[in-house]
Amino acid sequence: MEHHFQQLYDVMSQVQGYIYPNEIDLNWSILIVLYPYITGLVAGAFILASLERVFKVKVLKPTYTLALLTALAFLLTATMPLINHLGKPFRAYEIMTTPHATSAMAIFGFVYLWYLMVVILLEIWFDYRKDMVVWAHQTTGWKSRLYKILTLGSYDISPKAVAFDEKIGYIITIIGIPSAFLLHGYVGFIFGSVKANPWWSTVLMPVIFLFSAMVSGIALVMFVYMIVSKIRKVKADMNCLDAIAKYLFYILILDFVLEALDQIHRIYVAEESFEIISLLIQGKLYITLIIMQVLLGTLVPLVTLAFLQFKKPTDKIRHTIYLVISMLILVGIFFMRWNVVIGGQLFSKSFYGFTSFKIGLIGTEGYLMASVWIIVPLLILAFLLWLLPPWKKSEELAETVTI
Amino acid sequence: MSEKKDKTSRRGFLRAGLVLAGSVVAGTVLKPFNGVVVAGEEPKGDTPWYGIGIDIEKCIGCGKCAKSCKLENNVPMEPFFFRSWVEQYTIAKDGSVKVESPNGGIDGFKQELPDDQIFKSFFVPKMCNHCSKSPCVQVCPVGATYVSPDGVVLVDEKYCIGCRYCIQACPYGCRYLHPAKQVADKCSLCYHRIKKGIQPACFEMCPTGARVFGNLRDKSGPLVKFLRDHNCLVLKPHLNTGSKLYYNALSGEVR
Repeated sequence: MEHHFQQLYDVMSQVQGYIYPNEIDLNWSILIVLYPYITGLVAGAFILASLERVFKVKVLKPTYTLALLTALAFLLTATMPLINHLGKPFRAYEIMTTPHATSAMAIFGFVYLWYLMVVILLEIWFDYRKDMVVWAHQTTGWKSRLYKILTLGSYDISPKAVAFDEKIGYIITIIGIPSAFLLHGYVGFIFGSVKANPWWSTVLMPVIFLFSAMVSGIALVMFVYMIVSKIRKVKADMNCLDAIAKYLFYILILDFVLEALDQIHRIYVAEESFEIISLLIQGKLYITLIIMQVLLGTLVPLVTLAFLQFKKPTDKIRHTIYLVISMLILVGIFFMRWNVVIGGQLFSKSFYGFTSFKIGLIGTEGYLMASVWIIVPLLILAFLLWLLPPWKKSEELAETVTI
Repeated sequence: MSEKKDKTSRRGFLRAGLVLAGSVVAGTVLKPFNGVVVAGEEPKGDTPWYGIGIDIEKCIGCGKCAKSCKLENNVPMEPFFFRSWVEQYTIAKDGSVKVESPNGGIDGFKQELPDDQIFKSFFVPKMCNHCSKSPCVQVCPVGATYVSPDGVVLVDEKYCIGCRYCIQACPYGCRYLHPAKQVADKCSLCYHRIKKGIQPACFEMCPTGARVFGNLRDKSGPLVKFLRDHNCLVLKPHLNTGSKLYYNALSGEVR
């Protein structure tokens, strides 16, 4: 507590203009930046998977299962920064047992569970059921037992049963698309509905969150696919990467247009909060918004992807470009969340001044803790890829179905 | 054949129209929007409906309200946590507005601008507005913050999960996270006092009587008289929070 007070005294000495005295303590810190970031990655990765499944974009096949597993790995971690951030983490269950109907936040637990249990887990289970039965036979010892447990006792891999899996998987994906929209559009609503904060309060917020989520999720799957191929020492499917890049390009345009529209609208209507927000953008958010989010995270990828629609350099150059672009986008969208969450708290609701944001290395709200919540989903993903390798699926099936 | 098709499509159209109209009627009867609209309801019978009046013309900026509040309610003494504070507004002759609240006004104020440059200066005591359509109550995910039957916005500290959504939702900056309890904290209008018929601490300590506490339903009471005798405004009326803190002589610069 003493350390916290010391930090607040430091911040107090950096306040510009006037802020309400209670505003010196900036309440939503880096963990709340991670929450929409991680949830967005989940929604985006799932939507990429559904492109292959529902819209029959066959060229995306190599990333279909990978996208689902990525979505699961990040979804399993999505609530952790939130619970970690609560003043009373052991009371977190109250949000499920006694939700307050009028709160935009209260339904998150249910939306999350719906998405985890009904969409992601079911879809992955139906997708892998046959493979898990096969693997249970092929392996021995505890690994075989683990696969048997995971099949939940459903061993039938007759063509009829497999066709049924396929059909159910398809239906779940169809349910999954609006669910993914709901999951992340809803996270946007949590911010967009705060009328006290003019930086957050815009009807476009859920839509902007949704499109930026798609952009980040697609970039993540692209990145993970390239890295996993590299580790497996196989060549990444360039047709697949080109197709992903094309979708990334289209959605990035939409995302950029929406965010630009939001800013143009703000500038044109120039409401009471206009002066303080323009000072915010030109000052405290200059590096994270103008440089990181707009220039490096959006414009550079946008122009490069546009160029690739007309000119096709060699596979090697394209591969490098895709690697760099996917990283730029992932960093850019992280800063987009940063600019919303932290940016919205840097100016006073009195519109007369600014506070500053301090973040330490250690502590529950420090950089180390935050990086834990970025590394953990990657570890989960590594485990999932080891347990359920997508690349071992199809080839082995041909042999085993005949057994 | 084509005649038959026409008939079917017409029937289909009528059916769809009826279903649509029926849904609209049903939707109207169910009043779906009422489920998410927050509005504290004025009580029935003779339960009071508390409100606050503050006369800016009478405030001398002594800060006794802010100090007494901290002492009465065990608010941490560090200058980052306030249930009640005083702001000093100085409008210079060049039109610039300067706002200050050093330690919430507890230690008093100094005027740094020379007299000949000042257009006007005044003090504005701030505290929870005890809104009837309170955004903080609306957003609480577990219902730990609520409106009492007599219109006071309170926090159940045994139930609050410390998510701080209410702090973000309050347009007036009246809430903070209690550093020791790790739950949201705010002005309770000294509920423990008013239930015994005593004035809240800040009202009792005000040496100039700039604060009026009362029952808005008591048409002959002091608060209603204050509202009748003065031209009062609430803060940020465009946000439609249903504020029950009424200021006399509220200048346009105050936010």
